[in-house]
Amino acid sequence: MCSVSRTTASGDKREGDIKDPEHPYSLEELKVITEDAVEVDDKRNYVRVTFTPTVEHCSMATVIGLCLRVKLMRSLPSRFKVDIKVAPGTHATEDAVNKQLNDKERVAAALENPNLVDMVDECLTPSYE
Amino acid sequence: MADSITITCVKHIETYVDSSSSKSPSQQDASLDALAKLLMNDMITLELLVREMEMYLTTTDNITRARGILLLAELLTRISSKTLENNTIHSLIGFFADRLSDWRALRGALVGCLALMRRISGTGAISGSDANAVAQSFMQNIQVQSLGQHDRKLCFEILECLIDSYPDTVLPMEDEFVYVICEAIDDEKDPQCLLITFHLVEILAKLYPESSSSLASYAEDLFNILGSYFPIHFTHPKCDDDVKREELSRALMLAFASTPLFEPFSIPLLLEKLSSSLPSAKIESLKYLSYCMDKYRGNTIQEQHEALWSSLKDAILTSAPSSLTLDPGYQDNKVVDEALILLQKLIQQDNDSFSFLKLILKDVDINMTLKNLSNYNSYDDITVTDKQRLNAVGQILYVSAAASNASCNAIFQSFFSELVNGLRSMMQEKDPARPKFGYLYICVDLLTACRTLVKPTEVTYDDNETWCTMLHSFCTLLTSTFVKTMKESTHNIYTHSGVRGLQILASFPGNFFPVSKSTFEDILVEFISIIIIKFNNASIWRSVLNALVEIASLIEKSDDFEKMASFDVVVVERMLALLSSDDFSMPFSLKVEAVSTIGMTNLKYMLKIVQELDTAISASLQKYWLDGNSNSAEYAMLLLECYGYKVLPWFQNTKDTDNVPMHFALKIWDEIEDNTLFCDSLNEKKLLETTMNGMKHAVASSSKLIPLMVDGLAILSEDVQNRDIVYNLLLVLSGIMTDKNGQEVIVENVYMVIMCLNKLVFYQHMMLVRETAIQCLTAMSDLPYARVYRFRPEVLQALSRALDDPKRSVRQEAVRCQQAWASISSRSL
Repeated sequence: MCSVSRTTASGDKREGDIKDPEHPYSLEELKVITEDAVEVDDKRNYVRVTFTPTVEHCSMATVIGLCLRVKLMRSLPSRFKVDIKVAPGTHATEDAVNKQLNDKERVAAALENPNLVDMVDECLTPSYE
Repeated sequence: MADSITITCVKHIETYVDSSSSKSPSQQDASLDALAKLLMNDMITLELLVREMEMYLTTTDNITRARGILLLAELLTRISSKTLENNTIHSLIGFFADRLSDWRALRGALVGCLALMRRISGTGAISGSDANAVAQSFMQNIQVQSLGQHDRKLCFEILECLIDSYPDTVLPMEDEFVYVICEAIDDEKDPQCLLITFHLVEILAKLYPESSSSLASYAEDLFNILGSYFPIHFTHPKCDDDVKREELSRALMLAFASTPLFEPFSIPLLLEKLSSSLPSAKIESLKYLSYCMDKYRGNTIQEQHEALWSSLKDAILTSAPSSLTLDPGYQDNKVVDEALILLQKLIQQDNDSFSFLKLILKDVDINMTLKNLSNYNSYDDITVTDKQRLNAVGQILYVSAAASNASCNAIFQSFFSELVNGLRSMMQEKDPARPKFGYLYICVDLLTACRTLVKPTEVTYDDNETWCTMLHSFCTLLTSTFVKTMKESTHNIYTHSGVRGLQILASFPGNFFPVSKSTFEDILVEFISIIIIKFNNASIWRSVLNALVEIASLIEKSDDFEKMASFDVVVVERMLALLSSDDFSMPFSLKVEAVSTIGMTNLKYMLKIVQELDTAISASLQKYWLDGNSNSAEYAMLLLECYGYKVLPWFQNTKDTDNVPMHFALKIWDEIEDNTLFCDSLNEKKLLETTMNGMKHAVASSSKLIPLMVDGLAILSEDVQNRDIVYNLLLVLSGIMTDKNGQEVIVENVYMVIMCLNKLVFYQHMMLVRETAIQCLTAMSDLPYARVYRFRPEVLQALSRALDDPKRSVRQEAVRCQQAWASISSRSL
């Protein structure tokens, strides 16, 4: 348990600083992501994050998910498997978004897109300071 | 044929010529540009255009006619590079020259004339007779001073153009033309116009030969007009931002100096203004006089010598500062500066008759001051006015003697023996606390002056000069006087005079016969004894050290081998002995300062000194580790600081010296290796810090050290006992990375540094090492992309494992580092 809280605390602090792509507030300030919604199992190398978009038709849901994934990729050792899901019932196209966010190939393809990469980098910059 | 282009043309013409408020100036400018473009591209011919414009050029409606003529004129200005036929040009210039009588359309006429006159012959220009027609029409019709500023400016530009480009047309006109110019420029007040008028006078004067009667008869009138503007003074400050006061002043000065015919008028005027109480007027007058001296070649100058000398003397005597510096030739006062420059010029120009110099030599004030030198007993007795006088006389004698060998001879012959006699009586006096300061002061000035006459680049010196012979005969006396003053006086100003006098004597070239080699060596011996014995008096100690440095630098620059050898034996060897001696009366810091300062003048000396410093450092460090003597630690720190902040940076600016820093660093490492007891005392910490600083500089200077460091780290990290050393070495490395020179060195060895750091990221024995290694890697991501990008995969691999480090701070550093390295490429993870 102590190992979980350690990683959670560090992972959360970082996520707390991720910028929402549309608003000047962080995801944590907007309650899109909270500490409870992060599950970590160090022994089983498993992390699950559940986030809640601000509105049902949020068009930025996939981008937010992508930011979360990139941040975790850069902060965790490679042994971890990361699962990112939209909180059930909070988004109109929940299934489609989930599928997109957890498909390795689609994520890789997204990160090949320079515009997307720029946006992600911009959102993540405050979290490294 | 009313084709579309013609219609467009007509529209543009009408737009421009329309003087009602329906057309804005920008619209009119646009039409003008459009027409010009059509002409340049040969879409229409000039003849066609003129035909279309005929109505507007000849209408009785004054305003329209003015606009029409202006339009044509502006077009001609814009197509100056377009080739036109001579007939066309001839008829156009005839038209515009004629229109100079049409005062309502004068602006257009002036612009048109100017445009055509400025054309160059390659693309078709006006002929001499055309220019003549313009000149005649101008002289007949135009009253320049009754026009507005812009038109007056154009008029002056036309006159300028006539003289510059068509001198043959203007020359025969003589009286008439000069008269017209006088009338035109009289009473002009606008700065922009004045710039042109001053230039007009200048080129006019250059155009007519001196024998020309017309210029001679008008010279006084012309000069009176010019003279009324001197010195330049704006009535409304900042009224015209374009023309600066200095520009106008310079233009006026050039006009003053343009012909010797002005000389009889300009010199009296300038001398009059020189006696004004306003410093700026004085400075202006002196500058103008200086410049005019160079240009006038007449004999009138000779007649003015007395007046000149009297005014200059007054200016110098009244403006000289009353503080006596020992550095003649540098005054903080502009008036005195300019006056002295002029004085020297007058003497130099006067090399045949010496009439000016004779005035100085016979001058009552100067002779009186020199006679009164025997009255000043001690420096404090001299009144402020007398100090000022002494300063002024010293300056005057300095520049006079420095002017040329001939003038130096004359000055020495007149004054030097008297001065030396004064010094002789000084030497015989029992009471050394009351030497006659005035004699010292003037002597130093004269010595400095004659020193400037001996150029170091000449191989043989003109030793036949009188002053050389005199210097030779008095050299010994001078030396002993200066030495006595330096050693026995209590007042700083005396000791400094002595030091300065000795320094000058020692700085003459080696093969200059008046100052012998033994004199030179004697002086060095005296200096070194001050360094070694009189260290309690900071002021004299420093001034002697500076004097030694100056002498050494001069020797180095002139490659004087004999002197270098003497200096080596007398000064350098003694100083090295000082460093290694156990004599503790002289503070160690002063010893180090003296040795290192002398070393910095010459590579040969420095190499010797470095050897001595190395020995001294080892000795101190060993002593310290042996018996914990805090003095030894202090000595070691002083030496290390000297090495780090003075010696090594000096070596960086010299070539072929890679070995020195390397030997230094290796030596230090040897010491550290032998004594690995780093305990916690404050002294220790400071010593360590100083050592590390020195190492940093050493490594930056010698890139061969990085491989040694890296190897060292690799070997040391195998044994857990070495962890402190590993950490310290890593700190040194990180220090190097923050230094600009250090970064260059790191880049040269980037491969091995990165590999080393990659391994240290997993150093199990100390968390700080891992953390610092990652921080170093983060710093390295800032290095030039081309050098580091190929290591990116290995670094990222190492970091991804570091993300799993048991210590949180290491993991956090790893994230930061990963971000830094990931973002150096355009592709992210």
